[in-house]
Amino acid sequence: MIELQGLRYRYAQGPEIAFADLVLPPGKGLLLRGVSGSGKSTLLALMAGLLSASAGRLLMAGTELGRLSPRQGDAWRGACLGFVPQRLHLSTALTVRDNLALPYLSAGLPVDRARIDELLQRLELQALAQRRPHQLSLGQAQRVALARALLRRPKLLLADEPTANLDDESAGAALSLLNQAALEQGATLVLATHDSRVAQALGGELYDMRLPKLMNTGEAAR
Amino acid sequence: MKGLASLAWRYLWARPLVSALNLLLLSLGLAAISFVLLVSEQIEGGVRRDLAGIDLVVGAKGSPMQIMLAGVFHLDVPTGNIPLTTLDELRAQPLVARAVPISLGDSLRGFRIVGTTHDYLELYQARLAAGRLWQQPLQAVLGAEAARRTGLKLGDRFAGSHGLGEQGHEHGEHRYTVVGLLAETGGVLDRLVLTDLASVWQVHEDMHAVDAEDRAALEAEREITMALLSYRSPLAAIALPRWVNAQDGLQAAAPALETARLLRMVGVGTEVLRGFGAVLLLAAALSVFVALLHAVRERQGDLAMLRMLGAPAWRVAALVSLEGLWLALLASLLGLALGHGLTALLGWVLASQQSLRISGSWWSTWEALVPALALLLALASAAWPAWRAYKLDVTELLQAPH
Repeated sequence: MIELQGLRYRYAQGPEIAFADLVLPPGKGLLLRGVSGSGKSTLLALMAGLLSASAGRLLMAGTELGRLSPRQGDAWRGACLGFVPQRLHLSTALTVRDNLALPYLSAGLPVDRARIDELLQRLELQALAQRRPHQLSLGQAQRVALARALLRRPKLLLADEPTANLDDESAGAALSLLNQAALEQGATLVLATHDSRVAQALGGELYDMRLPKLMNTGEAAR
Repeated sequence: MKGLASLAWRYLWARPLVSALNLLLLSLGLAAISFVLLVSEQIEGGVRRDLAGIDLVVGAKGSPMQIMLAGVFHLDVPTGNIPLTTLDELRAQPLVARAVPISLGDSLRGFRIVGTTHDYLELYQARLAAGRLWQQPLQAVLGAEAARRTGLKLGDRFAGSHGLGEQGHEHGEHRYTVVGLLAETGGVLDRLVLTDLASVWQVHEDMHAVDAEDRAALEAEREITMALLSYRSPLAAIALPRWVNAQDGLQAAAPALETARLLRMVGVGTEVLRGFGAVLLLAAALSVFVALLHAVRERQGDLAMLRMLGAPAWRVAALVSLEGLWLALLASLLGLALGHGLTALLGWVLASQQSLRISGSWWSTWEALVPALALLLALASAAWPAWRAYKLDVTELLQAPH
C-alpha cells in the first residue's frame, strides 16, 4: 500500500512541488506519467526515502518514510525496495554474478548465493553469469538490473523509464517481465515513464504528474 | 567488511594500469625508507659492537679517522707502524687499564691476518666454535666468515699474502696452521684471521733479514701497527689522547669521536636517500589521490546505486578508503620485500669486499613505521575522495541521461 497525503517537496533552488494525494491499495501497480521535469524522479526519490518531504505524509508499505532516521532509511531501502534505474548502473568492474551480490554487500549481509542462482535461472541469465555488463545486450542488461532489484524480495519495486531506448518488442518484453516479477514477488510495482506504450501495456493506477489527481490507466491511454 | 574489502579489491584492479603504477610508486618510496632504516641501523649497530671496550687507538702519525677505520673496523690501510716499546710505555700509564697490540700487514684471500694477543679476543668476548687459541707463532684462529669463505678447517695449513689486498705475493715458506675457529659474532672478528703477534714479526723478519746481524737489528726494532686502549678512568679521555699526541710519531684516535664523525658523514647520504623516499611517497600519495578521485567521479553511478541498494553513506566512503588501504597493504609488503632485497644485495657487495656486515634478513623494530606510513598516506589520499563518495547525491541516479 502507498499513501500520499499533502506531500510537498522544496527544491534547493527554491520552488516547491506539490503532489496530488493518493491511496494505492495493496496488490495494485502505479504508473507515474509525465514529461521530463514534471517531478517523476523527485517523487520516485521521495518514495525511495532518498529525499525528505518539506510537508505532508508518505506511507510506503506500512512505513512512514518521514519518520525514519537516515540509518533506518538506508536499512528500509535495502530490505523493502527494489529499484530499476533508467541508466542501469551495472558495475563494469564486476561480473553479472558479482553485480548481483551488491544488494547483500551494500547492506553488510552475507551473500545469498542460492538466491542469486535462483534469479539467474529464472531470468535466463545463467549463461551470462561470468560476463561483464559491457558484454551484454541492452535487454540482457535490463534483466540483470531487474534480478538485482528482486534479490532481497522487496515489497516495492520502483522502475524509472524502463522502456526508454527500447523498440516495441523489447519494451513489451521488459514490461511483461517487470509485471510478472512483481506479481510473483507480491511486490507493488511503481513505474515512472513518459512512454504512452507503458500505459497501454500496464494495468493499475495512473498518477499523472500534470494533474493533481489520480486517473486510471485506461484514461491515460486515451 | 570482508565483502566490502573484496569489492574494493575488484574495483582497484578494474583499472590495472593505474593501480599498478600507484603500487609501484608507493612501493619504491617505502622500499627506500625501509632500505635506509635497515642499512643505517645495521651500520650503527655494527659500529657500536665493533667499538666494544676500545676507548683509544694509538697508531703512527696520520689521520685519526684512518687509524680508527684500519685498527677497529679493518676497512682502511694503517698509517704506519709504531715501536713495540710504545706498548710498554702505554701499559705503564696509570690511566690505561688494558693495551692490546695489533700488527697488520698480511692477508689471506682478502681476510686480514692480525697479529695480536689473547686479550684481543677478550675485548669482543669471542667464543671458540672449534679447536683452541694459538699457543705459538704461525698458529691461526679464523673468524667465522673467514673460515666459511676460505673453506679452511682445523689442521689445515695456509700461507698469508703480503699486503692487505688479494694481490700480494705469498709468504709460501711460512705456513700457518689452523688451530681454532671462532663462533660467529656478527662483527669485525668474523672476517679476521688471528694469530700471535710474533707470527707477523717472524714472517717479515725471515723475509727481510739477510744474515744473523741483520736479524738481530730487526728484532731490536720490532714494531706493532696499533695499540687498542681501554681506560681505567673517564679522566683518561682528556689526558691520555693529549699525552699520546705529544709523543713523537704517535697519533691518538678516539673511536667514539671518529665514529660519530663517520656516522654524520654516512648520515648525509642517509638523509638524501630518505628525502628521495619521501619525495617518491609524496608523488605516490598524490597519484593515489588523483586516481581515487577520478574513480569516484567515474563510478558515481555505481556508488549511488550502492546507496540505493541500502548501503549507508559511511559504507560507500569505506569502500573508497578500502581501495587506498589495499594499495597501502600491498605496497607495504612489496616495499619491505624490496627494501630487504636491496639491503641483501648491498650486504652481498660489501661481503665480497670483506667490508661491513649487512644482512637482508635482519629486521628493525622501526620497520613497523613502513606499513604505518603507508596506511597514513593511503588514508590521507583517500580522505577527500571518500568524503565525496559520502556526500554523493543519490537522486542524481534517478535522473534521465542527458
